[in-house]
Amino acid sequence: MPMFLREASLKRHTVLDLLFRNLTRVSAFGVLVLLAAIIGSLVVGSMPTIRAFGFGFLTSSDWDPVNDQFGALIPIVGTLVTSAIALLIAIPVSFGIAIFLTELSPRVLRRPLGVAIELLAGIPSIIYGMWGLFVFAPLFAEHVEPWLNDHIGTMPYIGPFFSGPPMGIGMLAAGIILAIMVIPFIASVMRDVFEVVPTLLKESAYGLGATTWEVMWKVVLPYTKIGVVGGIMLGLGRALGETMAVTFVIGNAHELSKSLLMPGNSIASALANEFTEAYGELYTSALIELGLILFFITFVVLSLARYMLYKLGQREGQAS
Amino acid sequence: MLSLYTRRRIINAVGLAISMLAMAFGLFWLCWILWTLLEHGLPALTPLVFTQMTPPPGSSGGLLNAIAGSLAMTLVGTLIGTPIGILAGTYLAEFGQRGWLAPITRFINDVLLSAPSIVIGLFVYEVYVVHVKHFSGWAGALALSIIVIPIVIRTTENMLRLVPTTLREAAAALGAPQWKIINFITLRAARAGIITGVMLAIARISGETAPLLFTALNNQFWSSNMNQPMANLPVVIFQFAMSPYEDWQKLAWAGALLITLSVLTLNILARVLFRQKAASH
Repeated sequence: MPMFLREASLKRHTVLDLLFRNLTRVSAFGVLVLLAAIIGSLVVGSMPTIRAFGFGFLTSSDWDPVNDQFGALIPIVGTLVTSAIALLIAIPVSFGIAIFLTELSPRVLRRPLGVAIELLAGIPSIIYGMWGLFVFAPLFAEHVEPWLNDHIGTMPYIGPFFSGPPMGIGMLAAGIILAIMVIPFIASVMRDVFEVVPTLLKESAYGLGATTWEVMWKVVLPYTKIGVVGGIMLGLGRALGETMAVTFVIGNAHELSKSLLMPGNSIASALANEFTEAYGELYTSALIELGLILFFITFVVLSLARYMLYKLGQREGQAS
Repeated sequence: MLSLYTRRRIINAVGLAISMLAMAFGLFWLCWILWTLLEHGLPALTPLVFTQMTPPPGSSGGLLNAIAGSLAMTLVGTLIGTPIGILAGTYLAEFGQRGWLAPITRFINDVLLSAPSIVIGLFVYEVYVVHVKHFSGWAGALALSIIVIPIVIRTTENMLRLVPTTLREAAAALGAPQWKIINFITLRAARAGIITGVMLAIARISGETAPLLFTALNNQFWSSNMNQPMANLPVVIFQFAMSPYEDWQKLAWAGALLITLSVLTLNILARVLFRQKAASH
């Protein structure tokens, strides 16, 4: 009789094990289903514009809801340009912050300063947007843009990019605010990546008489190259998809202008501004296709970022 | 001509000075933004904010319905997202050594972790709002839960991996079946870390605006019906801040201060909690 009981309980546990394992497996599988559903629903939603405009949608700068003519060129350019400005500013600053946090900072300050930078990442993006619109843009229009107009705007070649009416809001302002937003992301990845460099390697370089700067530049950076690029791509992914901060300061104009001081539009801000007010099937569908394009671009960028960070992790695993 | 040694020392000094400046640059924005929030938000933060509904332009009012709506949607979003996230994270950490599912899920999850939140709003609009034909609090909560899931999966997996294998082996040697080992030993050992992850997820979604724009929309009045369009702080802040009315803008600042304070408090709390737990081991 006791023998029989034990067998029954063993059987019960086997069944429970199987149930539990499959429950977790289904949940994990759910993530893949989610991704497929996101892509699927966006493709279905954008079918009307895909049928109407085909690939021409990507290269047309029309945006005329009245006559049902749509093209994605302006928002795509706006998204890419603002993200590029953001990265130009954010990469060197993040590198500096990461060096400071790993090599220079006194031990006591290391943690609080690291947390402070991470808090900068925690501030909701709408706050950046409000701050950008009410505080940053007026100052930018009053002090920075006239200077840009007078000094850089008169130069040959790059001049036209920096001349225009000083309105405060525009592509340049949006790019700068994006930079402030992605600095913490890039800086904390760089810091984490720098910390995996074996101490032995750094100490050997110091022992040979290298300066701190040389150790960072010639030992740490080459060792962590893939991870650093991965971190930058991660920041790029953030910048491309950022909605609220950009919506407040980019000016939302469906115009393609050479000057970075002029208002423009990004994919995310076009969606935020127009989606609930869109009328007609084609208008809605054009906005959904914009979303699809954005998802595609960020998906590629983020996949590359993750791939690079995995690569670094793998090498780290082999070395130790 | 400078000697090589002096040149190297100068380059070093300049480089390090620049890196210090970069650090100061980063902190400068944090301080400036917080200062602005306090400067505009504190005077606007009156008791009325917590007791009155959002007003039409020109009359006084508060943010009560928006605060309540935000709390409700954040709560439901967390309740939907957390169990799924913990289960999937458990699979990745405990069962994911073999097979194709775990590596792919891990990769996709990491990508979803930073996917643009506005696209998630668009997705929920397409699969839910279009079919029921109206905006609703449920749709907003659903969109938020989709943001919660990847965050919880990531932290659950990381935290479970920190649990020493010897603990599992000890339980297995005593004859415990696997579901018991995971539920009563490893998940319990990783509890503090997982709670930290959930708190960070709550902090993240309580400031999210973009996914709510096309799902919960907004509601000027008190609404306890999740099946109706629902007011929520981020969208109210967005609308009020973009409006030309001064009293609306004031309320927006009050809301902005509220959101930022709660998000930062959650963030700091999560860190402190996790650190205490880590220190006690």
